[in-house]
Amino acid sequence: MYNFDFVKAGSVADAIAALKEEDAQPLAGGQTLIPTLKQRLAMPSTLVSLAAIPELHGITQDGDTLTIGAATTHSTVAREVAQSYPALASLAARIGDPAVRNRGTIGGSIANNDPSACYPAGALGSGATIVTNDREIAADDFFQGMFTTALEEGEIVTAVRFPIPQAATYQKFIQPASRFPLVAVYLAKYADGVRVAVTGASEEGVFRWSEAEAALDADFGAGAVKGLSVEPGGMIGDIHGSKDYRAHLVQVMTKRAVEALL
Amino acid sequence: MAQVAMTVNGASVSGDVEGRTLLVQFLRESLKLTGTHVGCDTSQCGACLVHVNGEAVKACTMLALEADGTEVATIEGQAGDDGTLSVVQQAFQDHHGLQCGFCTPGMVMSAAALLKDNPKPTETEIREYLDGNICRCTGYHNIVKAVLAASGQEVPAIAAE
Repeated sequence: MYNFDFVKAGSVADAIAALKEEDAQPLAGGQTLIPTLKQRLAMPSTLVSLAAIPELHGITQDGDTLTIGAATTHSTVAREVAQSYPALASLAARIGDPAVRNRGTIGGSIANNDPSACYPAGALGSGATIVTNDREIAADDFFQGMFTTALEEGEIVTAVRFPIPQAATYQKFIQPASRFPLVAVYLAKYADGVRVAVTGASEEGVFRWSEAEAALDADFGAGAVKGLSVEPGGMIGDIHGSKDYRAHLVQVMTKRAVEALL
Repeated sequence: MAQVAMTVNGASVSGDVEGRTLLVQFLRESLKLTGTHVGCDTSQCGACLVHVNGEAVKACTMLALEADGTEVATIEGQAGDDGTLSVVQQAFQDHHGLQCGFCTPGMVMSAAALLKDNPKPTETEIREYLDGNICRCTGYHNIVKAVLAASGQEVPAIAAE
């Protein structure tokens, strides 16, 4: 690891001020960033720790809307939303392993937008709103490709707001060594339609499978996605699975998601 | 260099560290608490697992400065002052839950964290909780037995033996 200065921000305003320094970078739970730094894939001058900022913590519910502070850990989400939004709790409970879940945060995962991460699927599948220090961004506009988001330089996620669906499920086909999904599907049913978000599959990162959404809007049954398929061309192909295999898994995991809600 | 201060196994400690100093480096190299091991250094294996404010954490994936002001527990603090093993440690010995011993500090700390939150876990819950602790010797059965025993439950013959 190259050396850097470490700043523990006490408030969002403190963090934004510290991030104005050239090559400064925010540090959330560090479960991706610290391994990245060890590999010398990044060389920040300053790491601005967001973990101790009180306003980034906590979960509140207002009617059918759940707001989760960006610095809330996966284990806290798994524990605290088990009643109010069980599919999201289940997603959080299956990220990494228990020790990773005690450090990793929802804001960190969303801002990193790893093409195989779990939370981007949960946020996009729920039609969540990403709240930053500056504005609110719909999940549909936030995720813009592999490790790319709508966040501007020096802008941080402060919370994620989820509309609670009528029903939802997260179907994760795990890559057991990394514990990331090889492919996973987050399916949520809302009054105004079904949303299907896929992670782990596309070279463009998390995406909505609109063809499946339309078919499920018309007929929410196990047969609805039977004849559908995604084009293998844009899928990730690596030693863990070919493009064709991942394209196949998208359909299989979507079908499992539908069956789980029938 | 920056000053870091924390409580480790009940004692107040402090030292000078760089921004990049990992918690596990601070424990091992500054405090000479070498019971916490570095296995993979990629947060996969769990040999470096310690408790920070009571929660299981991989000390190779946390900066020492992130632990400023926290309470840290390591394997060195598990036995009593007179050397009496903790319940979990004793169960690992009784059930042969280790062979080479390299993963054992992390396994014991992970098991202790599990039992604090879930005093009577099922075999499945134990295996799931130990997902982030890798052992290359035992095949895990005896570790699972040790955790069951430490929780005061009957230790069954585990399938696949």
